[in-house]
This record gives sequence, C-alpha cells and structure tokens, in this order.
Amino acid sequence: MDSDISEELAKRQKEISIAEFFEKNKQILGFDSLQKSLVMAVKEAVDNSLDACEEAKILPEINIYLERIDRDEYRLMVEDNGPGIVRREVPKVFGQFLYGSRFHAVRQSRGQQGIGISAVVLYGQITTGKPAHIESKIISEDIGYMFDLYIDTAKNKPVILKEEPFLTDKKSGVKITVNLKGKYTKGKQSIMDYLQNTAIVNPHATITFQDSDGFKIKYERVWNDPISPPKETKPHPYGVEIGEIMKIAQKTSYKKISTFLTGEFSRISSQMANEILKISGIDPEREPSKLTLEEVKKLKEAFLKVKLLPPSYESLSPIGETLIKKGLKNVLGDLKPSFYSIPVTRKPSVYSGNPFTVEVGLVYGGNIPSDEPVKILRFANRVPLLYQAGSCALTKAVENIDWRKYGLEQKGGSGIPTGPMIVMIHLASTKVPYTSEAKEAIAEIPEIMQEVDLALKESARQIRTYLIKKEVKNKLSEKFFLVQKILPLIAEKSAKITNNPVPDISPVITKIMNILWIDERVEVTENRAKINVSVINYTSDKKSFKLYADYTDGAVLPESIKPFGEYDQKNDYIVWVIENLDPLKRLDLSFELEKIKSDYSETTYYIEGIDPVHVVGAEPLPGDWNIESLKSIIEEVEGDEDGNEEE
Amino acid sequence: METKRSEEVLNELKKIVEKIYDQMKKGEIPYMELPARNKYNIKLDVTKGVWKYGDDKIYRSAKKIEGAYTLLRTMFMLDFIKEMIEQNKSSTLRELYYISESWGIAKFHTQDESDKLAEDIEILTKYLREDFKLRPEENGATIIGNITIEEINRKGKPQRINCRDDVGDSGYPVPYNVEKEKINIIDYDADFVLAIETGGMFDRLVENGYDEKARAVLVHLKGQPARSTRRLLKRFNEELGLPVLVFTDGDPWSFRIYASIAYGAIKTAHISEYLATPTAEFIGVTASDILNYDLPTDKLNDKDIKALYAELNDPRFKTPFWKNEIELMLKIGKKAEQQALAKYGLNYVTDVYLPEKISEMGLK
Repeated sequence: MDSDISEELAKRQKEISIAEFFEKNKQILGFDSLQKSLVMAVKEAVDNSLDACEEAKILPEINIYLERIDRDEYRLMVEDNGPGIVRREVPKVFGQFLYGSRFHAVRQSRGQQGIGISAVVLYGQITTGKPAHIESKIISEDIGYMFDLYIDTAKNKPVILKEEPFLTDKKSGVKITVNLKGKYTKGKQSIMDYLQNTAIVNPHATITFQDSDGFKIKYERVWNDPISPPKETKPHPYGVEIGEIMKIAQKTSYKKISTFLTGEFSRISSQMANEILKISGIDPEREPSKLTLEEVKKLKEAFLKVKLLPPSYESLSPIGETLIKKGLKNVLGDLKPSFYSIPVTRKPSVYSGNPFTVEVGLVYGGNIPSDEPVKILRFANRVPLLYQAGSCALTKAVENIDWRKYGLEQKGGSGIPTGPMIVMIHLASTKVPYTSEAKEAIAEIPEIMQEVDLALKESARQIRTYLIKKEVKNKLSEKFFLVQKILPLIAEKSAKITNNPVPDISPVITKIMNILWIDERVEVTENRAKINVSVINYTSDKKSFKLYADYTDGAVLPESIKPFGEYDQKNDYIVWVIENLDPLKRLDLSFELEKIKSDYSETTYYIEGIDPVHVVGAEPLPGDWNIESLKSIIEEVEGDEDGNEEE
Repeated sequence: METKRSEEVLNELKKIVEKIYDQMKKGEIPYMELPARNKYNIKLDVTKGVWKYGDDKIYRSAKKIEGAYTLLRTMFMLDFIKEMIEQNKSSTLRELYYISESWGIAKFHTQDESDKLAEDIEILTKYLREDFKLRPEENGATIIGNITIEEINRKGKPQRINCRDDVGDSGYPVPYNVEKEKINIIDYDADFVLAIETGGMFDRLVENGYDEKARAVLVHLKGQPARSTRRLLKRFNEELGLPVLVFTDGDPWSFRIYASIAYGAIKTAHISEYLATPTAEFIGVTASDILNYDLPTDKLNDKDIKALYAELNDPRFKTPFWKNEIELMLKIGKKAEQQALAKYGLNYVTDVYLPEKISEMGLK
C-alpha cells in the first residue's frame, strides 16, 4: 500500500471523526455530567490563559463570570490579560479540534491536560445551539477583533458567523463567552474548588470569580515575578510513541533519516544514529517521510536497545519551595495552620524517557478538622486534579505510607490517615501518564510512585519533628506550671497546717526540672529583627558552657550582641561563653539582625560543654536536630518511670 | 468540742502533712505512698474472710503534674477537714466537691476525684470518712421485714421502728450512719435476710407478702449498695446470726454487686472488715438459672463480655462456682433480669423459684 495515501486517509478520518466522536462520547473528555461540564469549561479556559501568560511572561489576571440564563443553561465568560491571539488564528484555536501550534515540542504545559478550548465551544453549541463569542486583542495592534463562531463537526472546521473589529483600552488579552448547559454547585469538585486549588499552585496569578448567585471571590497574587515557561526540548527516544514518530517524520525538514534522528530527537549523536539504523536495518539515506509503519516500529524497538543519556530536565518547571509555601499560605491561611512544612521538590527523575519531578507541601493544625480524613490536593503540571481521586497514583502513594509513625491516626497503618492535615502533591512532567483520556488520575508508574513516596516521607518527617517539638513544649510548660504554681502552694499549705515556716523549695524545683532552658523571643520591625534569648539553669549545679546562635536570615550587627559574646565572622555565628551559671539563675542575651527578608522564623542554637540531654532549646554541637535526641528529651522531661509511679 | 477520737484523727491528718513538709525541707521531691487500689492488689484476709489491699504500693509524687495536683488537693482537703473537726461541723461529699470551687488551681473537676481522695485519706489514716465529718448525701436503700430497730432521730431521741408494722410499702429507709451510736437492733423474728437488687423485684416480693411467708427481712439494695447498706447487712449477719442471701439480675454487673457484699469492693478494700459479709450467698439469677428455668434473655453486649472476662481475672471470683457460672454465661452469650421470672406468672418467684433455690442451698 502506498504509505502516503494511507497516512492521508488516516489523518483525514481522524480529524473528521473527532468532533463527531466527541458529540457522541462527551463523557470520555470529562463532560459527563451537567455539574462537571461547567467545571471543565472553566478549567480549559483558565489553563489556556495561564499557559499563554506564562509564555508571554505576563503576570496573569483572570476574571471569570458565570451567569444563569435558564433552568440549566449558563453563560460563562472568561477573560485574561494574556498576549491575545492574532486575528487569523482565532477561528482555528477555538473552532477546530486538535489544532496546536507546537505539536511535537516536548515540555511541561498545562495544555496537555484536556482536549482543549475547542471542546468547550463544541459542548456549548451541542447543548444550547448557540455559537461562541471570542474577543482577542494583541499588543501590536490598536484594535481587537471579535468573532461569533461554531464548529462544523463533520469537517472539523470553524464556521464564522460574525467577525468585527472593536475598540478597547486593554493592552492585550482574550475573552471567551460560551453558553452551555450545566449545573452550578459549590463545595467539593466545584468551580470554586478548582479555582482555589489553581490559586495554590499559581501564586503569581490574580483570579476573580463571580458566580450566578452574585457571590464573588478573589485570589490576589502574592508573587510579582512572571513564571518563565519551561524550555522546549526535542522528544527523548525512550518516551516517544510510534504515532508521534510518524507525525514528526511527516513534518520534518530533514531529508535523510540519519540527520532526522540527530536533529529531531534529543540525546542522539550521529554515532548513536548509526547504531540505531544498524539495529533496525533501515538505510541511513532513506527519506523520513517515506518511512512505513513497519519501519517506524523497528525504529522504536531500536531506540530501546541503545544506551542513551537521560532526557534533559530543562523542559521541567517545578513550582519550587518558595512559591509552594506562598501559595499554600495565600489560599489556606484562613485555616490558620500551625505548621507549614518546608516544601519538598525532588530531584528530577525519568520514566520511559519522560522527565518528571514530584513536589509535596504539607499543612498541619490550626482550624483544619482533626477528626476527618486528611485532604489530598493533587496537581499535574500546575493543574488541579479534582476527579477519580481513588484510582490516582498520588492518592495511593499517600495510602501506602504508615502515617502512624509520623504522628497521625491511621487504621491498620494504611489508607488515608486522619488528622488536621492537608497534603499538596504536584507531578510535573513533559508527559503526565494519565489512566484514561479524561486525564483525571495519574497511572501507577513505579518510578513515579517511588518519588512521591520519598517526597511524602521527607515532608512527613518534618511533621513528626514538629509534633515532637510541640510535645516537648507542652510537657515543659506543664513542668513550669508545676514548679511555679503548684509546688509553692503545697509548701505554703503544708507549712500552715503544721505551723511551720514556709520551706525554701529551690532544691526541689531544680530536681523536678533538671534542664538548662534556652528560650527565644523574636521582635520583627520592617527588615530588622531583635532576638532575645533567655538561658535559665533549672538544674541543681552551676553550669559552664558555650552557646552558639546560628541565625537563618539577614546579617548580624556585631555591636548589638549583649551583654557579652562575640560574632565569629569566619563561621558566621554568634558565640557566648557562659561560666558558672548558678541554679535557678537566668541570663538574658540578645542581638539584632538587619536585612531580613520577611517573617524571621527562628534561630538554631548549639551548645557545647554540657550534657545535651539536660538542654532544651539548643542542639549539641556539631550535628543536626534529630529525632533521637528529641526523644531522649521527652523522656527526660517526663521523668524516669520509677516502677509504680501513679499515672 | 473535741473528743478524744477527734484528737486522734487530727493527729493522724497532721502526720501526713508533716511528712510532705519534711520532704520539701530536705530538698526532696514530695511524695505519698499508698496501697495500689486495683484488682491485682487485693488479698484474702484468711482470719476475717474478707478481701483487703495487698502490699503493692503506688508513689504519688510531685514530679509529674497529676501527682503534684493530687498532693496539693490533699493539702487543701486535710486543711478543710481539720477546720471542720475543730469547729464541730460536717459536710456531705457533694458539698466538699463544691467547696473546692474556692480552692483555685486545687479545685476538683469531678466529684469522683474528691470522693476518691477522701477514700485515700481513710486508707492513709486508717480512720473512716465519718471521722473526717464527711458523709454521703443519702442512702436510698430500704428494709421490710419483722425486725425492730431503735434509731437516734434528728432530735437526739431514741425512736423504735418495726420495719414491718411501722413502715409504708416502701419500707424503712437506711440512714447513712448505721453504727451503734445511731442504730441499735432491738428485736427480730426472721430466718434470713434477702438482699434484692432491683426495685421491681423488691416490690413484687413485698406485694406477694414474701417477708411474712418466708420469714425474711427484705433489703432493697438500689443497685450497687452504699457503704451503710453493706454495713447494716453485716451487722444483721454478725449480731443476729441471720444468713444473708443476695438476689440480683443475671449479668456481670450484678455479680459484682454480690462480690462487694460478700468479699468487699476493690474501691473500699481498706475497710472490708467493716463492710463485707463473707458468708453472704448468691441466690441468682445465675447463668444456670437462665437454662434451667428457660428464662427470657438479652444478648450480651461487648461491654458485658469484657466485664465477664475481667471477672475471670478477678481474685474475688476465683471459686469453682463463679468460674463455672461466668464461663457458662460467656458460652450461652445471654443475660437475664430478675423480673424475667414473671414469664411463669407473678407468684412464680415467691412460690417456686425462691423456695427451690433456697432449699438447694440447704437453708430450709
């Protein structure tokens, strides 16, 4: 068979059937219920806007309006400040299926998430019979253009009903208005839910939404630098599929298969190209567009037999520690969580030739309900996944961990744990492996499962450390109450009943406490911080030791170090040499920092020359604050279990 | 006005406080030592036939927050008792709980806490809480039967009461103090004492005239019997030589009612020799009765089953009779109420069940 003709036939058949296919099988693309259709429409439009802004390095500002027209008919309007679309492209972008300008470029983008905005246009036209209205303005033209259009489903071509210029103050942007059937809800799996999650992973965007009841919500941006789009790279041979190879071969400008391999794929050197062609038995001089299906299959097999460098990670754009934290604080701040984990961004990894990276952020405590299952927020390429949570690899990775080890409740050590926690998991990849065309759940790829597991555990360890620190703090405040309030009263009362003078209970206090207590209070003003440290000897003996302050932000003002102590410029820390601190004596130390960024969190203190078991608030030098040492502190604080001590 | 006994009590109270004071003066973490009040630390006193605390001790130390609170409350309570004794006042346990409202951080959060601490002080001083001028609110238990007692009434005058002829249908109410200074037994004409758990069954026996028919003194326990009820049962048993029979529902909780009468309760094992009637016998309803009399039943719930297993580990139930009955109840998985006997008619319990059971015991 002549491959040219068959290709052409296949291509045409594909294009013709897709619009009709959609019409008959809306559910496969996510339009399977009235409720979900509205969410999908918002999602497609917003994803497009965010991608376009990113590409044009614009800080996104997206406004969404939902209006109720009839019982189950709505009008959805989504407006952005993106670069806009040039006049001649508008009908194709909105009125033709599978229209893409960069069809074989490999990089992480939101756009791979759905069937695209044309599906929204089509859904609207099928359910209401009304065309879509699109307005677009690009920066290089003075006027914008507006269109009324619908899709000819048989031909998969846009039909333009109206095309007119219009005047606008806007620099650039796109506005789409569609009428569609739907059902507006709030709560789980709603537009609100989707936008809230979108705001978490896009802290550089301002998003407003006004719903059909007139309720308004606004997520203000908390990051003022535009996100740069990830770099485009050529596909890696390990991850490319046969259909893709055929498409690339059709479009390529290379005339010979050997240069086609080195030029259109990443990590193939000319030496490697020769090896691949040798294995597949294809003539290096062959024209790529003339390759038969059989030959492409052989080529693909040969790809997997050669040893290639892993794909470049430049095509990935993780959200990153800072932005995850900002996003979570911005959106979940109302819940007043008591702990935000330092977000974990794993090093990039590869599955079947596709680079990916996993990011996890945890939020704990505050007003997050403690008797409900932990909430899992799933994201793929910065797009929230709202549906099919149960069959998603990200959910399963959470379920596979024994959270009891980290201080949460979990029946039997597997399944979704219970506790005041929200888990955010982001998978960024040039190719997100979905379980189905609806692109709602991620498949259980072992490499991905492992990375999610590691990222979750790294975050969970922070929760564990936080909870232990909190427990130490609680136990300590209990002890302070004991020695400062209860014990003096026992002394007073017993003296009164026995007609004796009130005894001196200092030795009893040091026996009960038996710690050296280091406590910090931070006063932040603008970009300066004053750090006050009190050191109290709650042991029975005089103590001599060195205390080091390792501040985490800003620069120290050496003259501010009080009452003595010095700044070690070489090691960048402050050290106090403390001699013979008497039992129950308190020493107040302080220093000032300038040029701090924003909220100064806390200083790390190290101590030398004293048994660290009896120290609370500083770590032994050198070494990190680790769980083992924390545990021993708890035991110390709780006191020895002398046999029959009453509980 | 202080009597000699009051002075002794005051001395004992002071000793406790002195110990704490001396510990602190020496720079030690203050603590108190008490017998462990759990079922693993009760031992049979062979000479008296009752269960008392063994040698296991607990240390209540100020090292931990709970221990420190209890020591502080002990100081406040002792001070309060001292005041009452000196001023010749008394209070109910409930009043004590409310009085603690003014003790600041030392106040009690439940009456259980204050009741338990009062018992602790009994244990420490070997005096009864009545010596501390503390009394329970009311008793609630009642008696019907041909027994005549003389009670010192609120006017301080002795008053004779025949518990069959001088009382109404609800019987003679047992006061909280049943010691000789308050109650004396003058005369009686009965063969045994029948202690009954539920009001329904007590009323049934009264209506059927069982006290006269069987020459029985009927005592309504009102559930778990109060100290004074158990003390009075013991006096009937010891002073009059009357056998005490216990008639309860057939479930694990009722078995414990019997145990507290016969062997002493775990909570009050320090005064078992005042309260327990070692010769008291259990009539029923037993697990065997459920089968033998084919009684209507309820299924055991999880709590019942747990309680039965706990009883298997309770030294007080380590007799062949109880082992059999508890295991049988677990096996059939059923429990029954006393009033289930009404299945065979209202007179069945007095005409058939009780006579049969009593003759089985060789009493009549």
